[in-house]
Amino acid sequence: MPQPLFYLFVAVMLGFGAAVVLLRNPVSSALSLVVSFAGLAALYVSLNAYFAGVLQVLVYAGAVMVLFLFIIMLMDIREEQRRRINKVAVVGGAALVVGFVVQLGGVLSGYEAGRKPLDRVPLQLSEAAAERRAAGNVSPGITADLERGTLPDTKLVGEALFTRYHLQLQMVGVLLLVATVGVIVISRREDRVVSGRGE
Amino acid sequence: MVTLNDYLIASGLLFGIGLAGVVLRRNIIVIFMCLEMMLSAANLSLVAFSRFRPTGGLPDYDGQMLVFFIITVAAAEVAVGLAIIVALFRTKRTVHVEDITSLSG
Repeated sequence: MPQPLFYLFVAVMLGFGAAVVLLRNPVSSALSLVVSFAGLAALYVSLNAYFAGVLQVLVYAGAVMVLFLFIIMLMDIREEQRRRINKVAVVGGAALVVGFVVQLGGVLSGYEAGRKPLDRVPLQLSEAAAERRAAGNVSPGITADLERGTLPDTKLVGEALFTRYHLQLQMVGVLLLVATVGVIVISRREDRVVSGRGE
Repeated sequence: MVTLNDYLIASGLLFGIGLAGVVLRRNIIVIFMCLEMMLSAANLSLVAFSRFRPTGGLPDYDGQMLVFFIITVAAAEVAVGLAIIVALFRTKRTVHVEDITSLSG
């Protein structure tokens, strides 16, 4: 990705991220977060992680943020009225964030391996294809894509998920089921009268 | 050219913005959105490390698997968290964290 585009998407991501914190209306915050996540997805694409980028747009900017907006509208939350600002919290929070960023700058300024530009670590697709052929050519579709000079990102993610990470994938499936049941239990009304008794 | 440090700094700044939101804001839904932002910032550094450390000519897919699982768990977490917020709103009629003090002594 050319450098100007990188800075554009970083600016979109951080600018709208700051808008989430600064805007007082929760609906504007949620919509800013959608744009911020779109910028983040563009950065994923710039890192050749096409599947993660699509997932970010579909799951975060799509499903999760729509759920947030839905809840905000359902509760009919108006703009926050200006309350007395807790000065200790503001100063403490700002100091915490500044401390974190300074610490990060200190760590990264001494991190030599991070100075490598992206074109110094190119993807070697034909070498990867040759390695796959030598190892028995288990999934020929991926090898063919690599020999054609394209990165089959989604296929490689799927291969990793269903070979090396299949146990974790099933655990996540159980987790989603438990979360679904938990949401039903939590959001069920408690004050329902038991019917069919007495009277 | 764009270096690994550029991506890590962008990720760290996004994490910092999210942290500031969690500490400063008083609306529990906005706090929850800022938590999601912090999770995404961690995802960005994972993807960056995965791309900048190729194994066998391809990006290191172990990092992207972690991203996949974080996104899945975050989606489940959002569903449960918002259900809790709705239940809380139903009993207290507020989403302002300073009004929710039943656990403070």
